[in-house]
Amino acid sequence: MGTPEGHQGGPGDAGPLVRPYVMTWGRERSDTVQLDMISVVIAVREDVDEIALEPEQLQILRICRRAQSVAEVAAHMDVPVAVIKVLLGDLIARGHLLARAPFKSKSPVSRDILQAVLDGIQRL
Amino acid sequence: MASNDSDPDLDRAEERIPAALKILVAGGFGAGKTTLVGAVSEIPPLTTEELMTEASLGVDDTSGVEQKTTTTVALDFGRITINADLVLYLFGTPGQQRFWFMWDELALGSLGAVVLADTRRLDTSFPAVDFFERREIPFVVAVNRFDGAHHYDAAEVREAMSLPPGIPVVMCDARSRASGKEVLSALVRHITESTAVPV
Ligand SMILES: Nc1nc2c(ncn2[C@@H]2O[C@H](COP(=O)(O)OP(=O)(O)OP(=O)(O)O)[C@@H](O)[C@H]2O)c(=O)[nH]1
Ligand SMILES: [Mg+2]
Repeated sequence: MGTPEGHQGGPGDAGPLVRPYVMTWGRERSDTVQLDMISVVIAVREDVDEIALEPEQLQILRICRRAQSVAEVAAHMDVPVAVIKVLLGDLIARGHLLARAPFKSKSPVSRDILQAVLDGIQRL
Repeated sequence: MASNDSDPDLDRAEERIPAALKILVAGGFGAGKTTLVGAVSEIPPLTTEELMTEASLGVDDTSGVEQKTTTTVALDFGRITINADLVLYLFGTPGQQRFWFMWDELALGSLGAVVLADTRRLDTSFPAVDFFERREIPFVVAVNRFDGAHHYDAAEVREAMSLPPGIPVVMCDARSRASGKEVLSALVRHITESTAVPV
């Protein structure tokens, strides 16, 4: 398959996308993980049992070989964030993906982190 | 999240997964939000749809019960990798939606915001200023100078927008990466001064 990074999920890439309801197998939300739009997900393993997974799950895992936010995966898969959260939640529950929660608004960010952000912006 | 029976794949994934921060870029319709996001982002801006809830304004409400309405909102965003452990996302608020400032989810968890002021229509950025003030989210005002538009100076913008003295006002060209970097740097410095805790 394509390069891990080069995957853009453009139109026609996976054929006509399955209707969101079908893609999530009728479930509307995942009870296990609370994903945010900027939770970051990453594939745990490079090799997966392709037979055990749906094509769109394999596609997600390919996209996630490099760490991505939930919003990015949704954009690349061309489905709403609410739908991708269910699909990702399932892959997390099955141990294929690891998620990391974003910084929380209520805890003030430390000076070290703000300095790192400033340095990162200035390096652009 | 460390597991007892060590799984090398899992350990490696844990090492490679950064935490994310979010900054909002708000402003009126056509103020240059997507342009600014694109100018500083390391990826071409992406678009995604998110569900937002807003308190009912009482329209179509015959029951007298307060209702929540969900709206599908298209957000565009860009990404800046800060270091191996941190990634910053910039989200543009949807310009054509009149009531975006009612969506708390948008602001939840954001580090701060840039309010892009359009010099041709300064008033279109008032709702954004109100929004961040009310939620006590640190913000800076970036004045996007469109060609041929009246050129206000920072003091005039401050006055016209009734900005509190502590809010930085930065002149910018949303198309320029250098300019976008200055805007974001001003915001991060402002956040550091207004909210950061030591260490
Ligand atoms: N001359 C000039 N044009 C600009 C500048 N910034 C943006 N534009 C142009 O203004 C138009 C609107 O810019 P966008 O970035 O799409 O504005 P927006 O705020 O994302 O718009 P909405 O999302 O529709 O509210 C585009 O055609 C841009 O190319 C600027 O600094 N100078
Ligand atoms: Mg836009």
